[in-house]
Amino acid sequence: MKPLRLLALLVALCAIVVWLAAGANRGWTKTIVETRTQDPVTGIDGITYEKRFVPGLDFLGASMIGAALLAGVSLFLPAPPNNKINT
Amino acid sequence: MKKTLLLSLGLLAVASVASAAPQVFDFKDPKGVNNAVFKLDAPLEAITGSANGISGSISFDPENPGATTGKIVIAAASLIVPNPIMKDHLQGEQWMNVAKHKEITFEAKSLSNVKTSGYTTSASVTGTLTIKGVAKETTIPVRFTYLKDKLGQRVPNMKGDLLVLRANFQIKRTDFDINPKAPQDKASDTIDLALSIAGAAPTK
Repeated sequence: MKPLRLLALLVALCAIVVWLAAGANRGWTKTIVETRTQDPVTGIDGITYEKRFVPGLDFLGASMIGAALLAGVSLFLPAPPNNKINT
Repeated sequence: MKKTLLLSLGLLAVASVASAAPQVFDFKDPKGVNNAVFKLDAPLEAITGSANGISGSISFDPENPGATTGKIVIAAASLIVPNPIMKDHLQGEQWMNVAKHKEITFEAKSLSNVKTSGYTTSASVTGTLTIKGVAKETTIPVRFTYLKDKLGQRVPNMKGDLLVLRANFQIKRTDFDINPKAPQDKASDTIDLALSIAGAAPTK
């Protein structure tokens, strides 16, 4: 119950931190990033791609849904037995 | 003396004719700089990507740019977008179907509105654009820049000329059967295309 809610919070916070740290990309998640380099002779901007994970809004949304599901599931789990012994 | 003069004049005439002959520029770029960029700017979503599998050849005469002909080929499998799922969709059956239609081609047939200033020529190039197996007569505004003796600066140990070709134009996605059922608020019907390519004509 409580650990599941804490896990949900952790998932949500991690997703936000990762998304912000990667530049808060408001588009789709990218697995490659474009780099442009101008050819000095022809003046053409050459395009190369570098493999890099840049999370987008879809990553953030999926993480929030995952966190919400975890939190939701925790509501339906039975409460753990009370270990306190009444004297 | 007279014979020598005549021979010299004859050689000069042959040389001038030879230099005026059209040169064939190969657009398979060893440096991989050549590219075509596409953009679909819909109200809900903008999709941008590129392709670099460019080949083909153009016959260009710097003395008569209006006679330019040739064919540019883009390998459909080189079309790329930064999102992997989108890339699969783009190359898939509904969109570009690259497994079946391996090439995007433009075959230039005639030039009009030819204007030359120095080494730069702008013209409207009419030809056949073939995408996903659909061929359409299309006119594209093109700018050619002829770079004489510049090949050596780009590719060491080679001598020759370069021809840079730039074109910005639009096509309709539905004209070429590119997922015509896709909602236009998410995938624009208009595709902006920008072609920046350089071809080489080595001297023998």
